[in-house]
Amino acid sequence: MAILVIAEHDNASLKPATLNAVTAAAKLGGEIHVLVAGSACAAAAEAAAKVAGVAKVRVADAAHYADQSAENLAALVIANATGYSHIVAPATTGGKNFLPRVAALLDVAQISDIVAVEAADTFVRPIYAGNVLATVQSADAVKVITVRTTAFEAAGEGGSAAIEALAAAADSGQSKLTGREMTKSARPELTAAKIIVSGGRGLGNGENYKSLLEPLADKLNAALGASRAAVDAGFVPNDYQVGQTGKIVAPQLYIAIGISGAIQHLAGMKDSKVIVAINKDPEAPIFQVADYGLVGDLFETVPALVAALG
Amino acid sequence: MKILVPVKRVVDYNVKVRVKADGTGVDIANVKMSMNPFDEIAIEEAVRLKEAGVATEVLAVSAGVAGCQETLRTAMAIGADRGILIETDAELQPLAVAKLLKALCDKEQPQAVICGKQAIDDDANQTGQMLAALLGWPQATFASKVVLADGKATVTREVDGGLETLEIALPAVITTDLRLNEPRYATLPNIMKAKKKPLDTVTPDALGVDVAPRLKTLKVAEPAKRSAGVKVADVADLVAKLKNEAKVI
Ligand SMILES: Cc1cc2nc3c(=O)[nH]c(=O)nc-3n(C[C@H](O)[C@H](O)[C@H](O)COP(=O)(O)OP(=O)(O)OC[C@H]3O[C@@H](n4cnc5c(N)ncnc54)[C@H](O)[C@@H]3O)c2cc1C
Ligand SMILES: Nc1ncnc2c1ncn2[C@@H]1O[C@H](COP(=O)(O)O)[C@@H](O)[C@H]1O
Repeated sequence: MAILVIAEHDNASLKPATLNAVTAAAKLGGEIHVLVAGSACAAAAEAAAKVAGVAKVRVADAAHYADQSAENLAALVIANATGYSHIVAPATTGGKNFLPRVAALLDVAQISDIVAVEAADTFVRPIYAGNVLATVQSADAVKVITVRTTAFEAAGEGGSAAIEALAAAADSGQSKLTGREMTKSARPELTAAKIIVSGGRGLGNGENYKSLLEPLADKLNAALGASRAAVDAGFVPNDYQVGQTGKIVAPQLYIAIGISGAIQHLAGMKDSKVIVAINKDPEAPIFQVADYGLVGDLFETVPALVAALG
Repeated sequence: MKILVPVKRVVDYNVKVRVKADGTGVDIANVKMSMNPFDEIAIEEAVRLKEAGVATEVLAVSAGVAGCQETLRTAMAIGADRGILIETDAELQPLAVAKLLKALCDKEQPQAVICGKQAIDDDANQTGQMLAALLGWPQATFASKVVLADGKATVTREVDGGLETLEIALPAVITTDLRLNEPRYATLPNIMKAKKKPLDTVTPDALGVDVAPRLKTLKVAEPAKRSAGVKVADVADLVAKLKNEAKVI
């Protein structure tokens, strides 16, 4: 049996999350095929063919895959699901959106957000905001899985998979993308960054967030993140949110500034290698997970930190 | 138009759950239970649509033990018109819940289902999408803005790179994200009124749905604890430690 990994891409290149999903797939045992559905997506397909461990790339290129609608993607996967023991996607907002449809149409469970593969039918996944790890076994014929990207290394290059064209499935016509407002940033992407500077309500407003955290992020070549409170208050766009219901990150260094450390926030960052917390409240729960805690007013300590970094 | 809102009874988000000593499950005896926060947002949205004259009826549905009646009463105190409890003591997984909801949708014929994007106990993030697939309806997940008009829904969605707006034909399934609205507090008079609203009970059998779990939980465990670190004296100390000890900068 083979494993089908659904690529996340922007037609021109693969999103890094796909590489983590390939690594998880490699632990399942079986030939790995990657499905690339898009519009004028030959470059993304070629990139997929170069990923180490990939045996075949299957490409469905049609205008109605441009928007990656859940309805159309799920229909395409279902039409091509025969022969696969596992169907895998990264647990990004994209994967979370369409893959449950695939599972339901196949009448199987979805195993969400796995962090480890114990056996081809047994997986570990976090529940209760990551406070509990459940080991679950699937009795279904096909295992439909989303992968927590931070739990698996990115697959490397070096593959030379065959590329095969797939017929597009019919356009459902049920959904139309009418707008897209993407956050523009020259910084590394949050989920792929080695260093993250993250700010919370303690920053007070969006101006402070910008004027204090951007120079620090610049010095460290870091991505910027935030707590829910900072996003809700409008300091930064929604896609900055780290946590149980935001992005899950695990950088080499996570610097939490003016963030109290609610369990929902910790759920998104506690697997970071080194955690630094800057908070004026010595009792803030964030200090319980921080490797290095600096008690102090962020309005003084953050500029001092920027200066100290030279 | 009728809007159906599934509401799940979960361990309150403030409770830090403990794993049972034998690793067979999570100890939820005697902990505070509440409505899943995303479902509160879903109910609030549906009630606002009713107040705006867009919806005519808001139906809250919960699947699970008898205690879910409480969750349904909370939904009705926020403003849902009636509730249906799909009562069972069985463990319910998202596919089973989606099938139960599909059976109810076939009966009740809502024009929209608004549910939470994720239950904060199983963190599955599946049910709404599965329901949409089973019904053959379009979906708009992770909504931060919803407009229903002219037989369609215009939904702004929170996605990894920012925001996306979709136009989907009704009937449809919409799942809520945190910033869709801020749910109101139920007032005492509304809590009293909710007690008199109709609450029906059905069973999975009566709906003809097999809810047998597909996933078996072999064990649960607490993740390795991070060992508490140190407090640094000042910024210079921090920079030195990051450079020489942690070697991350
Ligand atoms: C269903 C649900 C899902 C959620 N999902 C998420 C999620 O994904 N991510 C998330 O982050 N949260 C999430 N939350 C919210 C979470 O519970 C907290 O409310 C939130 O994380 C708090 O953000 P904060 O730490 O920025 O704010 P606060 O808790 O208000 O903390 C602010 C901190 O700043 C410090 N501070 C203030 N001024 C200064 C200063 N001058 N110098 C230094 N320190 C200062 C304070 O001491 C305090 O510790 C969720 C909640 C629910 C109910
Ligand atoms: N037992 C249940 N009863 C009612 N609604 C549910 C139930 N389980 C899940 N849901 C709905 O589905 C959403 C997503 O749940 P999940 O897929 O389990 O993360 C929740 O926010 C609820 O709206």
